[in-house]
Amino acid sequence: MIHFDNVTKVYKTQNRPALQHVNVGIEKGEFLFLVGPSGSGKSTFLRLILKEERPSQGHVHVAGKDLSRISNWKVPHLRRRIGCVFQDFRLLPNKNVFENVAFALEVIGKPRRFINKVVPEVVDLVGLEGKAHRMPNELSGGEQQRVAIARAFVNRPMILLADEPTGNIDPATSIGIMKVLDRINRTGTTVVMATHDAAIVDAFRKRVVELEDGRVVRDQSRGVYGQAY
Amino acid sequence: MRAQFVLQEIWIGLRRNLTMTISLVITVAIAMALFGTGLLIRNQVSVSKDYWYDKIEVSVFLCAKTSSNPACRKQDATQQQKDDIKATLEKMPQVAKVEYETREQAYARFKDRFESNPSFVNSTRPGDIPDSFRIRLKDPQQYKGVVEPLISKAGVDQVINEQEILKKFFKILNGLQWAALLIALFQVVAAVLLVGNTVRLSAFNRRRETGIMRLVGASNTYIQMPFILEGAIAGLIGGLFAAILLVFSKTLLLDRLAGQMQFTTQLSWGAVLAVIVLSICFGVLLCAVASFLTLRRYLKI
Repeated sequence: MIHFDNVTKVYKTQNRPALQHVNVGIEKGEFLFLVGPSGSGKSTFLRLILKEERPSQGHVHVAGKDLSRISNWKVPHLRRRIGCVFQDFRLLPNKNVFENVAFALEVIGKPRRFINKVVPEVVDLVGLEGKAHRMPNELSGGEQQRVAIARAFVNRPMILLADEPTGNIDPATSIGIMKVLDRINRTGTTVVMATHDAAIVDAFRKRVVELEDGRVVRDQSRGVYGQAY
Repeated sequence: MRAQFVLQEIWIGLRRNLTMTISLVITVAIAMALFGTGLLIRNQVSVSKDYWYDKIEVSVFLCAKTSSNPACRKQDATQQQKDDIKATLEKMPQVAKVEYETREQAYARFKDRFESNPSFVNSTRPGDIPDSFRIRLKDPQQYKGVVEPLISKAGVDQVINEQEILKKFFKILNGLQWAALLIALFQVVAAVLLVGNTVRLSAFNRRRETGIMRLVGASNTYIQMPFILEGAIAGLIGGLFAAILLVFSKTLLLDRLAGQMQFTTQLSWGAVLAVIVLSICFGVLLCAVASFLTLRRYLKI
C-alpha cells in the first residue's frame, strides 16, 4: 500500500537530512506505529505520503503509484484516498459536528443526499451518537478528536494517517481514541500513526517503526515503544 | 461543484473584509469610469471627424475695405483679381469644387450654423464676413499645396483652412482622452494591488478552511474559485458604479462639449452602452486575474 524506496529528504533551509535512506513497506490493512523523538522525521514521513513534500532522493509509492509520477493537478485525488488526523484536531470552530464532517464531502463535490446518509453513520462509528449538533467548543478534547477522525474517515480512505492523535488527550481518553482507530483499521483501512505515547504502543502490540535522526533504527512487528524512553 | 457552497464562501469572504471590499469597489469604479471616458472621448472624436471631414472647406477670403492685411491696401478685390484666383483654383488637381460666396450668402450661412447661439449671431453684421471662395478638397489632408500659392495672390486677404481649427479642438479632446486613460492606468495598478491585498487577507482569514480542503483532497479549482469569484464580484460591483459614472460623463462632459462646439453629432447611447459593457468586462476580468495571480503566492496548493 505504501512503499518508501531508499527515500532521503533534505529541507532546503537545513543541512541535516530529515530522512535518510528510508526503506519501509506497509501492506494493505496494516496498523503501524511510527515512533521516535521530536525531529526524528515522523512528520516528514507522513507528509511525503500526502505528497506535501517531495523526496530529495528515492521514491514513494502509494497504492501502487509512484508519487513523483503523479501530476500536481491529480494530487487532490490522491489525498481523497488518504485520511488525516492531527494532534490539534483542526476542526472549524463555527461549524457543528455534522457540518465539520460534511465539509470534507462538500468540498469534493458530493451530493447533499449522499452526505446526509453517510455523515450520521460515521458520526455514530466514532462514538458521537446524539452529539451531531454540538459545536466543537462544547466538546471535550477526546470528542473533538473523534470528530476529526470521523472527518478523515467519512470518504472511506484506503489509508488513515494520524500525527500524534493522542498528543493533546489524557491517557484514559486516549484508549477510547485508539479503539476508534482500531475499529477503522478492522474495516481494511491501513493506519499509520506517529506517536510519542509509549503506553499506547506497548498496549497495542502492533508493528513499530522507529526513526532516529531520519534513519529507521528499528522495524518490528508486534513491537513495543522501546527501552530508551 | 456545488453552487450553494461556493456562494456561501464568497459571501463570508466579502463580509469578513468589508472595508477592503469597499475600497476595492471604489478603486475599480473610478478606474473603469476613467477608462470608459477615455474610450467615449475617442469615439466622440472619430464620430466628429467623420462628420466634419465631409464638410470641411478651405476658405479664401478676398480683400475688402475692412481688411487688416496690408497687401489689400484697404480696397475691395477687383473683378480681374477674382477671375484670376478662380482660374488658378480650377486648374488645381486637388480641388474638387470651387464656389463663390458673397457677403450676403456668407452671413446667411453663418446665421444658420450658429442658430443655437443668438448672441454670437447678433454681434455680427452682414458686411463683416468678406466675399470668399469656398473650396472643397478631394482629400482634406492635402491642403498645403492649395493654400500656399493662394496666400501670395493679389486680392487675397487670408486663407483659412477649417481643418486647422478643428485640429486644435481634436488636440484638446485627444489630450483629455490620454489624460483619462493615463489616470485609469494608475487606478488599474492600484486596483490590482488592492485585489492582491484583499485576497491575501481573505486567504489568511480562511486558512483553516483552505487547509482542510487541501487535506481532504478538494480540487484546486474548488479551493480557488471562491477567492477568484470574490474578486470578480467586487470588480462587477465596481463596474456597475463605473457604468453610472459613464452615463454622467456622457451627459455632463461630452454632450456639453459637443453643444459648445456646435457638433450636430452627439454620441449615441448605443456607443455608450458598448463602452459600459466593455468597461464592466474589463473590471471583472482584471479583478479575477489579479486574484488568481495572488492566490498562486498566498494559497499553497
